[in-house]
Amino acid sequence: MWRSLSTATFAVGMVMGATAHAEDITIAVASEVTAMDPHYHNTGNNNQIVGLIYDRMLHQDSNQQLEPGLAVEWGPIADDVWEFKLREGVKFHDGTDLTAEDIVFSYERVPNVPNSPSSFATYTAGIAEITVVDDYTLQFRTNGPYPLLPIDLSTIQIVSSENPDATTEDYNAGTASIGSGPYKFVSYTPGESIVLEANPDYWAGAPQFDTVIYRPISSDAARVAALLAGDVDVISGVPTSDIATLEGNPDIVLSQGVSNRVIYLHVDSRRVYSPFITDNDGNQIFNPLQDVNVRKAISMAIDRDTIVEEVMEGVAIPAGQVLPEGFFGVSENIDVPEYDPEGAKALLAEAGYPDGFKLTIHGPNDRYINDEQIAQAIAQMLTRVGIETAVETMPRSVYFGRATGGDDGSEFSLMLVGWGSGTGEASSPLRALLHTRDDDSGLGRTNRGRYSSAPFDATLQLALNTVDDDMRAALLARATEIAMREVGLIPTHFQVNTWGTRKGLRYIPRTDEYTRPTNVVPE
Amino acid sequence: MTVFIIRRLLQSVLVVAVMTVLVFAGVYAIGNPVEILISQDATEAERAAAIARLGLDKSLPEQYLAFLGNLLKGDLGTSFVFGEPALQLVLERFPATMELAICAMIIAIFIGVPLGLYAGLRPDSWGGRTIMTGSIFGFSLPNFWQGLMLIMLFAVILQWLPAGGRGERGEFLGIESSFFSWDGLSHLILPAINLALFKTSLVIRLTRASVRETINLDYVKFARAKGLKSSRVIGLHVLKNIMIPLVTIIGLEFGSVIAFAVVTETVFAWPGMGKLIIDSIFQLDRPVIVAYLIVIVFLFITINLVVDILYAILDPRVRLSDQKA
Repeated sequence: MWRSLSTATFAVGMVMGATAHAEDITIAVASEVTAMDPHYHNTGNNNQIVGLIYDRMLHQDSNQQLEPGLAVEWGPIADDVWEFKLREGVKFHDGTDLTAEDIVFSYERVPNVPNSPSSFATYTAGIAEITVVDDYTLQFRTNGPYPLLPIDLSTIQIVSSENPDATTEDYNAGTASIGSGPYKFVSYTPGESIVLEANPDYWAGAPQFDTVIYRPISSDAARVAALLAGDVDVISGVPTSDIATLEGNPDIVLSQGVSNRVIYLHVDSRRVYSPFITDNDGNQIFNPLQDVNVRKAISMAIDRDTIVEEVMEGVAIPAGQVLPEGFFGVSENIDVPEYDPEGAKALLAEAGYPDGFKLTIHGPNDRYINDEQIAQAIAQMLTRVGIETAVETMPRSVYFGRATGGDDGSEFSLMLVGWGSGTGEASSPLRALLHTRDDDSGLGRTNRGRYSSAPFDATLQLALNTVDDDMRAALLARATEIAMREVGLIPTHFQVNTWGTRKGLRYIPRTDEYTRPTNVVPE
Repeated sequence: MTVFIIRRLLQSVLVVAVMTVLVFAGVYAIGNPVEILISQDATEAERAAAIARLGLDKSLPEQYLAFLGNLLKGDLGTSFVFGEPALQLVLERFPATMELAICAMIIAIFIGVPLGLYAGLRPDSWGGRTIMTGSIFGFSLPNFWQGLMLIMLFAVILQWLPAGGRGERGEFLGIESSFFSWDGLSHLILPAINLALFKTSLVIRLTRASVRETINLDYVKFARAKGLKSSRVIGLHVLKNIMIPLVTIIGLEFGSVIAFAVVTETVFAWPGMGKLIIDSIFQLDRPVIVAYLIVIVFLFITINLVVDILYAILDPRVRLSDQKA
């Protein structure tokens, strides 16, 4: 049986026997893509690759700042109307012109991709109407003021309207994979490789590499070995434990950069009883985490420097808010909370818990860098100030469902989670993690601690309706200050990512954690 | 014989039915895949829509009945993650795993049987003892660690072989396979050795034990007394008789090599079914998990059937129709 099968299925993979020469590059990433359809599944792992084949109205640079892409000029012409001027002369890989029609077609396709496990419809939902003024001018009417429109549009890939009925399978097979990005689709062999070739006619000039091969290698150790063996030129996600060894290797270059991902604790701050909190004898007590002083004590009891130095081996940045400095909407008035175990004990005593209480911290063990060890370290630190803390970690497939929980909220009391800001500015984590949960507007969707504060909500709402950039940045910073003062969540550190390249190459780190050949430069 | 085969097939249907119930209940108990699949920015309405689209809003019995209904039509469901038919995803990766398994079994047999024979015939010699001690390593070293050591030695330090992935496929008689190109073979060698080490040790020990048992039996002594050459006594009388337990074990192990190549495939980034199943388990992609297990159950049943038939051929005393299987 397997003979006939092998003939049929291998044919797809045969294209990859491309001849090797100096301008080729092989990149090993940790996860497999789930589809080559750019609108099928919104994950960073897919987006980093399809974003090479397709182009977007606006680009996010390595620090997630917006840059012109297919649009050269854009701006609001009224509170709820935006105008975009398109770049002229851009061609798809098949030679046809890219016009306003293709943009409209792409945005209309987004919510209608069958079987999509996670669609991009979130980013088009705020658009009420798109008007094609001429071939190179578009107007978007939005549902109310929508300052994030340019950022949201920067996540959506533009496909050719020549293939109106193309399915996800057609994109996977390559028949519909016609974009206008710096690289062209050559082949996709699930689990094995994705091969791309340079588009010499790209509007920003031909890319540096002739051929790009992506290979998924999920095992960290095997990925490092593949780099050491010279099988691949670039790897993402160098494990922190290997950094010291690799730094001493003259054939390997490491590049590090802070990400948009904050690692933090969600605190069950609303419920009267919390599932994993008892007094020291194991009896149920009123939830002490409702008290802002107790939350503050927990934050003060965490020695962030030790977590960064010992657990993360120096490869992380202590955090006092939801995005690292330099991002839009970050507050300059917030310092990283100081480690103060005595102060924490005093606050606990003041709040009525001189002998502390018992609690369990939950965390994933396969999601963030060293996640399990971080949870253990935090538990020890809390135990030291009198909050006897047990640790329970689990695979992400079990963890996130339970952490989100059902109608009564999370199944946990204190949980370790992370959040990467896809928009590259502060509203993304503030909206999702700290706003009062509201299913209709989608605000507070991931507010697992159910923190709720009227002043915070009002400030954030105002920011979300402010089109003026400077004013919005100030409002976002203000909202962050309120939430951090009330300890709506407890940030611990910002994740720093490490890429490994062979000698002669260097990687320009991206805050969005993408691994792309366009960020690989000569050393 | 026909009755025997039919009975086996009916049993396999029963096994598949029980297995699907267990997997359904198990994956349902773990959690909701939408939590892992969906974008963090998605709204509650989109989340609900995704759950409904995947049919996860229905109760567990309803979901199972829907699955059974589709199964009768030959449809094993659509992958939650890839959006493609689950069976097709599994079968696409079947040849890669098969290649690896065949190569590993060839190594295990062609190294294991001669070494085991030697150790059985000369149990007290220096060579025999070395072989037996060596086989302990094959048993006890963790597969994952072995794989990494092979990569370190042959790919990183010596740079003789690639560290992972699947190479180019050559074509021979219309079949495309890694066996027919040098690049393909060079990618195949390390993972195949990694997968074969444990099985080689098993074959060595089994061969040795069988030889030790057979060598003292009357018919062997009689053959020797007749003055037959040593090579004929061993090559014909001993070897043919030890083949019976060997074929059984090798057959069963072949199934387990295919089903449990997970670790090797992960370490060597080999795009086979094992890699797919482990990713699918992490993402709770139930249709793929179920399809994979159905394929594996049928594979085991087929292999057992073949083993039983071979058994009858090797041992004329066995009649399949007599067996209450």
